[in-house]
This record gives sequence, structure tokens and C-alpha cells, in this order.
Amino acid sequence: MILRGRAWKYGDNVDTDVIIPARYLNTSQPEELALHVLEDLDPEFRSKMEKGDIIVAGHNFGCGSSREHAPIAIKASGVGCVVAKSFARIFYRNAINIGLPIIEAPEAVERIKSGDILEIDLENGEIRNLSSGESFRFKAFPPFLMEILRAGGLVEYTKRRLRGDNREKGSRNTR
Amino acid sequence: MGLTLSEKILSEKAGRKVRAGDFIQAKVDFLLMNDITAPISIKVFRELDAKIFDKSRVAIILDHFTPNKDIKAAEQCKFSREFAEEKKLPYFFEGGKVGVEHCLLPELGLVLPGDLVIGADSHTCTYGALGAFATGVGSTDAGVAMATGDVWLRVPETLKLIYEGERDPWVMGKDLILHTIGDIGVSGALYMAMEFHGDAISSLPMSDRFTMSNMAIEAGAKAGLMPVDEKTIEYVKERAKRNYQVMEADDNANYRKVKKYKVEKIEPLVAFPHLPSNVKEARNAARMNIKINQVFIGSCTNGRYEDLKTAAEVLQGREVAEHVRLIVLPCSPSVYLRALKNGVLETLISAGAVIGPPSCGPCLGGHLGILAAGERTIATTNRNFVGRMGHPKSEVYLANPAVAAASAVMGRIAHPEEVMRS
Ligand code: SF4
Repeated sequence: MILRGRAWKYGDNVDTDVIIPARYLNTSQPEELALHVLEDLDPEFRSKMEKGDIIVAGHNFGCGSSREHAPIAIKASGVGCVVAKSFARIFYRNAINIGLPIIEAPEAVERIKSGDILEIDLENGEIRNLSSGESFRFKAFPPFLMEILRAGGLVEYTKRRLRGDNREKGSRNTR
Repeated sequence: MGLTLSEKILSEKAGRKVRAGDFIQAKVDFLLMNDITAPISIKVFRELDAKIFDKSRVAIILDHFTPNKDIKAAEQCKFSREFAEEKKLPYFFEGGKVGVEHCLLPELGLVLPGDLVIGADSHTCTYGALGAFATGVGSTDAGVAMATGDVWLRVPETLKLIYEGERDPWVMGKDLILHTIGDIGVSGALYMAMEFHGDAISSLPMSDRFTMSNMAIEAGAKAGLMPVDEKTIEYVKERAKRNYQVMEADDNANYRKVKKYKVEKIEPLVAFPHLPSNVKEARNAARMNIKINQVFIGSCTNGRYEDLKTAAEVLQGREVAEHVRLIVLPCSPSVYLRALKNGVLETLISAGAVIGPPSCGPCLGGHLGILAAGERTIATTNRNFVGRMGHPKSEVYLANPAVAAASAVMGRIAHPEEVMRS
């Protein structure tokens, strides 16, 4: 799976309150949440980003509340992937569970600038910065998580588990 | 090498000996959701077309935007209520039964020592104070666990924190945890469990222990556990709705890191905007003449009876400064009732406080005390992120209930001593 898009770079500790402020949590509709993504951090983000763009951030991205509305808002806005130095743990599992690709790559984050065009190869663990010509490797997901991602998220994974269906375990089913 | 408390509990729940770093599928003892997170969980659950694993181990608590703050919130609550009715869930809380989830569930004996509790709310880590492994997850996790009764977890490494010595009379659990977060930072325990030890922890009342475990997440931690002692047993034995198992960390457990704090050196603290780690001593903050518009005493961090009582001691016979709004939300119906019967509410109201219903209220910027642009509040809550309590240009300062009450009297951030002297 190859992702390609423009980088939008932010700092450390981008919390769930700025990703999707609580005042919008009276709904869980992805399209509605997407309208306010990153609103309190960068009010223009929504209007300037394009589908497939990539959020690049520092340490502890997604810290704060457990609201799944945060990765949902990001995914529904069309963002293709988040690359950060590190992620807050609940955000990390929520993103995996809903099938939003997220990558921990501290070195790459140091070098990427806002506006750079990135190409990310999820399977092979590589980030290519087409603007600067640099490329970076990142650690592939542990096998357990890869299984969930391959199934297309935790819901699909669980459906198979409940059916006692193990045959498809190794199959690649990206959505 | 022995096992940490987290490894002990998770080994039990996984049915095999597990170590930090292992990915496991573990049995859940209790599962909770709130009005914001439940709707997504319910949709996920319905998609799985399964049965609830055990109805007596699931709670839905409508505590965030309730009493319903607007039409959308009302619709959201209705959605969860219909599900609870359809499934005949015994632990569905709203109206006069509802309190802030993390105050309510321990009070009712629904979460217990040795449990693995997962909750679709980040402050689920509060129950670590009972010696449980309790951690916040997302709605999808909760929806799936409602069907399977288990959850995937990566067994965390543990940061052991030892607190020794005697507390200053105005220092509460809130200050110990703020000091810790100030020391290690908001991602200082990322992906890790915290274990709180030492004589200064044994001497803390349960209410302050809950406060500390509650804020483990503010250091990025997955859980914040405390050893079970007589006080814990005293607390749970009258309440427990089912059997529980006390587990302890091994003496030779393998910790990622051990830190010691001398409690005598810790002062009442204030976390400045916009991170809980941005702490300064209340004494110094008091000299900066930081004017406030609002004071909020409540939340799953510091809305318990002991917190209200502490605030009342400071406010006894005094008045809230002009142009300052003091909002107090007792965190559960039983806290409300006890504070009412014991005259705590009378003291607070006489001082000029607004008493509101048990709810999260302004803690997450929901309702019942939202800030305008440029306004400042001191709150007993746990987060002071940008826009957390209202307008993105408002400011939240975090402190213990005594500091918050003293600030209400002075109209600026203050140390309780200043007020008690006058
Ligand atoms: S009181 Fe605040 S922190 Fe606690 S559950 Fe409610 S919103 Fe979350």
C-alpha cells in the first residue's frame, strides 16, 4: 500500500482537544466531525488540505481523551496517514482499530518540512520525501497488529474470530 | 525476575504468565462507556451481531453532557438509553442515579482489586487506586469487548514511583501527582504503567489515591496502580458486588525505572496553561497576581466528598470575591447527599458557590460553566489543554480543592495559608 501526499507539520503533544474539540462531540457522524478537524490548532487546516495529505507531528500525538472521534475526524477529512515521533497510546490503538495508518518515525519527522511531498510504503516500511530526495525507514508493525490491520480493522478481525474463521488470517485485505 | 502488579494481573487475565512487551488477549472483568463514547461502541457491537458477554459487567453512564445540554446530546443519550432498555442492562445510569463515571463505579463496588477494567474513557485508570489494572480504550475496543469479553493489550513496562515522608497540611494527592507529571512530563510514562508506593501513599485517604491514579494518563501512562492495603479493603468490603482477588507486585519485579520523591519538599502546586506538566508552586503563583473569572471544583479528579469538605474548610465564613463564579459539582449523588447532610453545601452556598448536578460539566468544556475568550479559571480537574473548558483563547489552571477555594476568595490564584490567616 503506497500513500502519497503533502506534509502538514505540527509540534509535540497535539492533543485530542485540538484535534476535535469537545464542543463538537455531541455527534459521532464522521463527516460532521471532519468539518472541525484540528480546528483549535490550525483553523485553516481543513480548507487548505487535500485528500491524501499527511499530518507530520512531534512526540505524544493524540494525547488526552480516549475519544475515537479524533482519529475518525482525521480519517474522514481525507488525511492519508499520520507520521509522528511518538503517539499517545489510546490514540495509537484507536487508529489501528479503525484502520487509520499511523507511523512512528522520529528521524523522518526531524527532516520533513511542511509542504514536502511524501510517499509512504506501508508494507516495506519506507518514507520517501520526494521534495528533498531523502528516504527513511520505519519499524514495521508487530505481527499481532498487522493481523488486525490486514483484516481492515478490529471489527472485521473480530467478526472472523467470532466465526472461528482462521483460514483468512494471512490474507491481505486492505480497504 | 518477579512480576510487576500489572504483569501479575494481566497474567491472570490472559491465562498464562506474561511479561512486558507481550501482546495478549485478556479477559475483561468490567467494561464501561459514557454518553459520548457509547454510541460508537453500540454501533460496533451491533455490527458484530453477537450477545453481550456478561450484562452484570457492563455499565453505561450518561455523565458528560447531562442533564442533556442540547438536542444533539439528548439524541445521543436516547440512543444509548434505547440500547440499555433493549438489552436490559442492569448498570445504566442517568437522571438522579448518575455521577461522574470514575467516582460512581468504585463507590458502587462495581470495580474491584485485581480486576482488569477497560473503559471507553481515558480516565478509566482511576481504578488503579484499588489495585486494579484499569485502562482507557476507544469506542471500537469497548464495542468489541462487549461482545467478546476480552481485549487486546500490549503488556506495559512499569515505572515505579516511591513517595516518602510527611505531607505539608495543604498538600493533597493532587499535588503529588502534579509534581510527578511536572517532573517526568506529559509523555514521561508513555506506553507504561505507573506503580505508586511508599509511606506517603499508605497515609493518603482513598479519595486522594483516586486523584493520583486518575491523572496517570496525564503522564501518558496506560494505568496507575497502587498496592492494596487495609484502607483499600475497608473501602471495598462494604461495597463489593462480587468476589475479588488481591494481587501484589513481587519484590524482585522488573521495573523500567524506579523514582523516589521526598514528600516534605512538595508544596501545593498549580499547573499553568496549557499542559498539566507546566507546574509552579502555589506560593509563587500567588505572587504573580493572576486574576481569575471562575473557579471549578468537581470532576473525577477532585469532586469527592473529601474534596468538597476541604474547599468548605477554606471557604467557611468567607466569601467568594466579586466577579468570580465558583461552580461546585459534587461527583456523585451520594457525595451530593453527604455534603448536603453534613452542612458542606451550606457552607459553600453561603460563601457564594453555585452548586450544580453531578456531571462532568465544564471539565471538558461541555456545559455548566464554559469560558469566554480571555477568561481564566482555576479548576480541580485534570487537563488544561487549549480550549478544554471553552473558548480556545481561555485559560485553565489546575490545582487541589484548597488552592482553588482560596483563589475563589482572593479573586486571584492564591495559597490557602493567605486566606486562613486573614
Ligand atoms: S470529569 Fe472530566 S475528566 Fe472526568 S470523566 Fe468527566 S470529562 Fe472526563
